Amino acid sequence: MKRLISIAFMLISGAVSAQTEGYKVGDVVKDFSLKNVDNKNVSLADYKDAKGYIVVFTCNTCPVAKAYEDRIAVLNATYAAKGYPVVAINPNDAGAVPAEGFEKMQALAAEKKFNFPYLLDPGHVVTKQFGATRTPHVFVLNKTGKGNVVEYIGAIDNDPEEANSTKIEYVKNAINELSTGKKPTVTATKAVGCTIKWKKG
Amino acid sequence: MTKNNKTNLFIFRYIFMRIFFVICLSLIVYSVNAQVKLLKLDDLDKRIANGKDTTYVINFWATWCSPCVAELPNFEKLRLSNLKKPVKVLLVSLDFKSKLQKEVIPFVQRNKINADVFLLNEPDQQAYIERIDKKWSGAIPATLFVNKRTRHFYEKEFTEKELENTLLNLK
Repeated sequence: MKRLISIAFMLISGAVSAQTEGYKVGDVVKDFSLKNVDNKNVSLADYKDAKGYIVVFTCNTCPVAKAYEDRIAVLNATYAAKGYPVVAINPNDAGAVPAEGFEKMQALAAEKKFNFPYLLDPGHVVTKQFGATRTPHVFVLNKTGKGNVVEYIGAIDNDPEEANSTKIEYVKNAINELSTGKKPTVTATKAVGCTIKWKKG
Repeated sequence: MTKNNKTNLFIFRYIFMRIFFVICLSLIVYSVNAQVKLLKLDDLDKRIANGKDTTYVINFWATWCSPCVAELPNFEKLRLSNLKKPVKVLLVSLDFKSKLQKEVIPFVQRNKINADVFLLNEPDQQAYIERIDKKWSGAIPATLFVNKRTRHFYEKEFTEKELENTLLNLK
């Protein structure tokens, strides 16, 4: 019996540690409800007509995230009308970095006229569910009968400084493929970004 | 002293000051340029291949990465404690190339970094991340211990002790 319990415990702890690694391509995403910069909560289910989502973990201060701000806005401007809206989430803890606070998020969204929600994730709950590790970090989701399925994880493109002559726009390509009923050719990419500023203690 | 002599002295002084100024300026410019060079991965590979018995400790960092900045002094200590050994510490910045003059060089000067500092000059991050290490997600800080025989990559922060131990236990 003791052995059984310990095996059960090992299985559970295994499952827990696997979960902290976050979603992989093919996983179904659990919906969330997070506070937007306009103080209203946003969930994926709010988008009744969505065919999918571009979930972007981004923040106020990271130079790489800042370099991508305009490109994120363009993604939303291009794809929201086609059924793939951008949902941005700030994974950072304001206690760790005060400049990541909610009011600073509001200021940034107003200054840059964000045309997409920019959500606060207190306690990193959704960040950990997704397994986001840096900013910016993108998850492209496809709405299906069984839920919102992760189809692509990684970078927006391979050109952070807009200096790469062989630029590949991963997110655009993934959505263009999804919208024609295909699976993305590239499902995962790597990128240099800022680490997530986790809550201390 | 005649008036003529005085004028000559002034001219001499003026010329001397100008020469001195130019030398100082060129020294400053030289040291600034010498501090942070642009680096291609091909050049890094060549350097490792030509390094004979040298072990390279290559830290990937950026001025905007706070955990990277925090651990830089540990790399300086590692460099100092291995001056007589075939160990070379290289700090490779992943800052944007456009920030070289405005941010990276002033940062290196301000923090009196004496190790060799480079700025990675590779436009395609997807390609260079894979090339540096297949396991690397792209997160920094990350450090590569490499010599002609072995190559170990770590996507993590290092304490001074951990750096020493990793270097000692390198096989």
